[in-house]
Amino acid sequence: MIDAIRYEEMEILLNDLFTRYGYDFTEYSKASLQRRIQRLFTLDKLPSFAEFRHRLQHDPQYFRRFVEEVTVNVTEMLRDPSFYRTLRSTILPVLATYPFIRIWHAGCSTGEEVYSMAILLKEAGLLHKSLLYGTDINPQVIEKARKGIFPVSQMQKYSENYIQSGGIKDFSSYYTANYHLAKFDSSLTGKMIFSTHNLVSDFSFNEFQLILCRNVLIYFERNLQAKVFKLFDYSLENFGYLALGAKESLRFSSIADGYKQIGKEKIWRKVHETG
Amino acid sequence: MRQAKLIIIAGSAGSLQVILGIISAVGRDLPLPMLIVVHRNVDFASSLEELLSARTRATIKEVEEKEPIVPGTIYLAPADYHLLIEEDQTFSLDYSEKVNFSRPSIDVTFRCAADVYGKKLICVLLSGGNSDGVEGMVYVKQKGGVVVAQDPATADVPYMPQHAIVRMTVDFIVPAEDIPAFIRGLAYLPPA
Repeated sequence: MIDAIRYEEMEILLNDLFTRYGYDFTEYSKASLQRRIQRLFTLDKLPSFAEFRHRLQHDPQYFRRFVEEVTVNVTEMLRDPSFYRTLRSTILPVLATYPFIRIWHAGCSTGEEVYSMAILLKEAGLLHKSLLYGTDINPQVIEKARKGIFPVSQMQKYSENYIQSGGIKDFSSYYTANYHLAKFDSSLTGKMIFSTHNLVSDFSFNEFQLILCRNVLIYFERNLQAKVFKLFDYSLENFGYLALGAKESLRFSSIADGYKQIGKEKIWRKVHETG
Repeated sequence: MRQAKLIIIAGSAGSLQVILGIISAVGRDLPLPMLIVVHRNVDFASSLEELLSARTRATIKEVEEKEPIVPGTIYLAPADYHLLIEEDQTFSLDYSEKVNFSRPSIDVTFRCAADVYGKKLICVLLSGGNSDGVEGMVYVKQKGGVVVAQDPATADVPYMPQHAIVRMTVDFIVPAEDIPAFIRGLAYLPPA
């Protein structure tokens, strides 16, 4: 099949969705978005673009499915162990000096990174005075994140990541396995708040000492990235930290001047006052 | 044949020696961008860039997201992301599900590049142990691009190029030892 959904058609669709539902995907990176929309179109065996468009406009349930399928929800626990090693060695000791720690995982998907962070905080003896906010545009993944139940099949990989990240306990002590599912400890979940939040249109909702947004900005065009950086800047306390994905950078952004990179990892510290 | 705007070299198991040969054969004056997409282990991600840099005078660079694609540079797809190309000829990265058990998936990059470059694209499929890249080659050809496969008889792991040859009519089947000179010839063709 050649190009069932063309770029011009995608533009029409995105405008429809913005007008009808207020979700703005027009500044998402087009190559990835086109691939995801094409995938959904093929998966659902829709006969034509017109049919697809009509269904999206008139069936809110189907629009929900669109949001769920078009946004990328691939994540894992303790991905890039060296990143988490740096959190343990360099960032958490600074956060420890605060009476209360607020952390925001923006675009957290099904929550694996939030649980990873809770484990690190617990091992540093900081979880009791921390609150972890996990947000995502997609309500369905937020629902999953709240439950803290992940496939047991992933645990071997996560356990390896855990050890490489500097963990010295038995990783399986953090969950209870039941058939093919692993449910994470309620002592971790108790410190988490999950909610939907759209980075494109929603505002800042608190001030944080650490914001993590890893492998989300790759799906946004430069202009939208700039807006989101401003949102993060506004939501970070002075001397707070911003952590991005392995291939993302603050370097070319408008807020870059007010930030200092921590070592080789994609972690920046805010060193200016919010203007 | 006219000069292309992008050459993509893709492979998996057994492709490294051929890739080293190709990049040794091109220099700083490379008149177009070249992109290398190989399946590799995340843990060895950084060493590949160094290994390649030692073998060529052209600039070797691991792709950064939203980076413009410029001639004279040999780009390397980062481990564990799909590599996409935008209409304005910049790179995008994508961390969605693996395709053909692979991330980066060669199929994904080939398709995307074909949408942007059409007839001005050359794709080369080297040694490898799965069929990732084959459907992408079919699509590249439909879009008018040129597709080249390593002669399976000269591949360490013949499965990938063999599969391409069975699935479609590739434009050129080239033995491993001739690939560097062949690619150099394509890269340095005079512009139309």
